[in-house]
Amino acid sequence: MENERVDQIIDKHGAEPSGLIQILLEIQSENNWLPKSALERVGERLGVPLTRIQHIATFYKAFSLVPKGRNKVHICMGTACHVRGAQRVLDTVQDVIGIKPGETDLDLKFSLETVNCLGCCALGPVMEINGKTHGKLTPAETANVLKSYE
Amino acid sequence: MSEIVLEIDGKKVTAREGATVLEAAASAGVRIPTLCHHEKLEPYGSCRLCTVEVEAGGRTRLVVACVYPAADGLRVRTRSDKIDRIRKLILELYLAHAPDAAGLRDLAEEYGADRDRFDKEASFCIQCGLCVRYCAEVKKKHAVGFVDRGWRKEICFVPEIAAETCWDCRECFPLCPTEALQAAYVFVEALKFPREDPPGDGAVPERS
Repeated sequence: MENERVDQIIDKHGAEPSGLIQILLEIQSENNWLPKSALERVGERLGVPLTRIQHIATFYKAFSLVPKGRNKVHICMGTACHVRGAQRVLDTVQDVIGIKPGETDLDLKFSLETVNCLGCCALGPVMEINGKTHGKLTPAETANVLKSYE
Repeated sequence: MSEIVLEIDGKKVTAREGATVLEAAASAGVRIPTLCHHEKLEPYGSCRLCTVEVEAGGRTRLVVACVYPAADGLRVRTRSDKIDRIRKLILELYLAHAPDAAGLRDLAEEYGADRDRFDKEASFCIQCGLCVRYCAEVKKKHAVGFVDRGWRKEICFVPEIAAETCWDCRECFPLCPTEALQAAYVFVEALKFPREDPPGDGAVPERS
């Protein structure tokens, strides 16, 4: 992410230390992760020490300090989904994208994450991609769903 | 600035308004054990070792002396069975991190804390925040900070700042009650800016 774009985001929020989290959130949603250069730029412009930004960026799960893919895959491993075969869905996803939970593939297409309940247990096993819920999945369907993402 | 009168362990103590119970006790010569307190720093209240019993309006409460403001007519007890039990437990939890830290050992003896009560933790840091706060509040360098949260929380140096400032300062080193800070520093130094010719002044063992 270029420094100019970071500067634009900072200016939009008024370059105040109180807007730190909003600025970080916007960088995160645009870039999918927080590169160190961006954090340094934010710290410089806002007059907030890097240790503080680091503390905040590691405190909230919404932020990532490592690259994340364009498509965020969340697989529910909650009790209901587990009983209905979440493990098989997870195995399929791991086979198709080739990464384990918590990882991101090389071309930054997918990030895989397991979650403990998405709150729609009747649809289990559930996979959520970029906020869109795919329910009652079979391993074959799972592979098809993944293919439809770029 | 008006003065207030409170009672600490049965003694009448006068303190200035806005003082904490810990400051009032110190001025009266009553010792309350602390780990995260430092006179140059803002009260932090993380170690909980200065827990005391406070009686106001007929109710007894457990409060942390280093952040609790002294008030007129307050009755404070700094030692009781209950407090000793709490301090013993807190110390035992810290001893799981740093069983041989000098500051902890003396306190452990005083309160009869068993260093083997809990399984040992991998980290020596007890998160008193002394180094982080000293660097930020006194030195204004912000070379060391906390990262993550909960049981994963740990101290972390910013290598770029640490490489330039830390070796000449090292004022936080003696503050650390468990020497976890020194370990963290040596670690980041070894990884990020290895020293060509380490000065052998005893602060860090000389490398051959």
